[in-house]
Amino acid sequence: MARTFTEGSKAVAETVKLCRPNVIAAYPITPQTHISEELAQMVANGELKAEYVTVESEFAAASVVLGASATGARTYTATSSQGLLLMTEVLFNISGMRLPVVMTCANRAISAPINIWNDQQDSISVRDAGWVQLYAEDIQEASDLHLQAFRIAEHPEVLLPVMVCMDGFILTHAYEPVYLIEQKEADAFLPPYQPQYYLTPKNPITFGAMMGPESYMEARCQLDRALCGSARTVEEVAKEFKKRFGRFQGTLVDTYCIEGAEIVLVAMGSVISTIKEAIDLLRKEGVKVGLLKVRCFRPFPREAINKALVGVKEVLVMDRAFSPGSGGVLATEIRAALQDVKKAPEVKGHIAGLGGREISVETIINIVKDRKSVGREDRFVDLKEALLS
Amino acid sequence: MEKHLFLAGHTACYGCGEALGARLVVDAAGPNIITTDATGCLEVFSSRWPQSAWAVPFVHSLFENSAAVASGVEAALKALGRQVEAKVIAQGGDGGTADIGLQCLSGMFERGHDILYVCYDNEAYMNTGVQRSGLTPYGSNTCTSPSGKVSWGNRYLKKDMPAIAAAHGVPYIATASVAYPKDVQAKVKKALSITGPKYIQVHVPCPLGWKSDPALTIKVAKLAVETGLYPIYEMENGVVTKVRKIPRPAKPVTEYLKLQGRFAHLFKKGGGEGEVKKIQQIADENIKKYGLLSEAAAKVAVEAEKE
Repeated sequence: MARTFTEGSKAVAETVKLCRPNVIAAYPITPQTHISEELAQMVANGELKAEYVTVESEFAAASVVLGASATGARTYTATSSQGLLLMTEVLFNISGMRLPVVMTCANRAISAPINIWNDQQDSISVRDAGWVQLYAEDIQEASDLHLQAFRIAEHPEVLLPVMVCMDGFILTHAYEPVYLIEQKEADAFLPPYQPQYYLTPKNPITFGAMMGPESYMEARCQLDRALCGSARTVEEVAKEFKKRFGRFQGTLVDTYCIEGAEIVLVAMGSVISTIKEAIDLLRKEGVKVGLLKVRCFRPFPREAINKALVGVKEVLVMDRAFSPGSGGVLATEIRAALQDVKKAPEVKGHIAGLGGREISVETIINIVKDRKSVGREDRFVDLKEALLS
Repeated sequence: MEKHLFLAGHTACYGCGEALGARLVVDAAGPNIITTDATGCLEVFSSRWPQSAWAVPFVHSLFENSAAVASGVEAALKALGRQVEAKVIAQGGDGGTADIGLQCLSGMFERGHDILYVCYDNEAYMNTGVQRSGLTPYGSNTCTSPSGKVSWGNRYLKKDMPAIAAAHGVPYIATASVAYPKDVQAKVKKALSITGPKYIQVHVPCPLGWKSDPALTIKVAKLAVETGLYPIYEMENGVVTKVRKIPRPAKPVTEYLKLQGRFAHLFKKGGGEGEVKKIQQIADENIKKYGLLSEAAAKVAVEAEKE
């Protein structure tokens, strides 16, 4: 396995190529564009045998992969921000029809004000669309997750779409040394897609039927059960990946320095690497702090989170998105999960890094050090008071 | 009993032109097709789980993406080397085609997908209870273009969808009417013999929305053609190549309008004559534009009756 110094988008495109998608449809949007450009070039060079459909919108991109997936093809799309929101209606449709589409969401802020930089408001806003959502910590994980994503999506007991979320610019445009997988190894890990149900005159079936009050709820319940059940597959696939490739960056969650930790930071995405650095520094000072990385946000790993937080006194959640009028989304869900735990730790929510605002090691150290002085309300970190007046 | 690919037992209203249109289309196309459909009456009355009227593979996704879903189906068939297995037919109503679905349709045309798109044109949003669409004719009374003290109904002209398709370089475009079933089927067959995007717009009366007698669906559809209000023609490579001639002299539009409650306000209130005149002008312009009037009026009229 070769290690190369490459851009995040290029690493992802290379991995998607290894997955041999039959149909790709994508529409340009920053910061996703490098991924779809790379794939277009691969198709143009004849390195990737796929139909690349240059659609007129993200809505069409999602609709094209829906149709292609229903016809039995392995499909891929990528988007960001407004593009993801434009796809929203189709996202629900794809999961409702149980189609194993894989998508990269290059996380970016939502307008207005228009802002092309990173936060996770886009994917978090479609958390209820019925997709598996996985969040990458670094370029290596973003790349590896795509190979895992197709395995999870196409598992006969899952048959659900998977969204691989990677922070825009921070991961899509950065360069890191990355281990890239060989085609032979990828093929051994990910066999060709064999759909159980698909559109063919050989066995004419109806997709997307209407359901009334007598059956709609059961169909939705089945979707929920499948999504909850996919947690097992997410775990199994991560473990098998480790066995085959030697790399492991967590299953549903991952932890760092959590043994004996009294304070635990909880977060998703590229901020994890920054938090790890901050923890190393804080540990040297004797602060008993650890990290819980949420790798899989949907299905929400309630049990894994509770298990990891047993005996912890304080939980500090970092959210890169929020629900206006309510607070940090991850913080809210962590609080709900901890309802099951006796002597549950106190949870404080921190909304940070919106629209590309940097989250530095210092930001995290301050969050830990200032924790006693903040109230129970989720707070926006590092606000510029002068701009608020 | 004749074997159909769009089966009986669906829940369309009596006299539904769209149900008839869909049956004519899939029967003409044969079993080796994959169909998509936009949200609307057709999808609702044909695919309520656990039943389906479709004896061919069928996918309904959303209101505005029938053409994009079909693009995906076609791309998948190509990628998987299964093109010989099936032709792709995308379907939608007039709203799903000309309004909310126009962008996806434009994409499908422009990329040159090998797909036949069929628009079942019943001239309003019938599934949601008769609201105006871009294909609602001038003067029609709908729930969102009602007639009233200061209104004569829909103020806008019907969007020229075939011209929009032609502007995309679509090689085969046709209009048709359920009044002429053989013509609908011949056009579907011809379209499927051509590679690339195709567009057929079939006029399908909706007794509920048009407030017409369900027993008169075919008669009403035929009058739309014979008055010149719904010209039937084919366009190949941007040029009108064939026109369904109508008996000379053309029937006055009042014969068509008076059979339908959606135009009743034009005859009830004083001053409606002016509006009827405008509608007659639309018909006259169509007759001129497409050269609809037959030279040998009587002969064509007899032939049309036979169908």
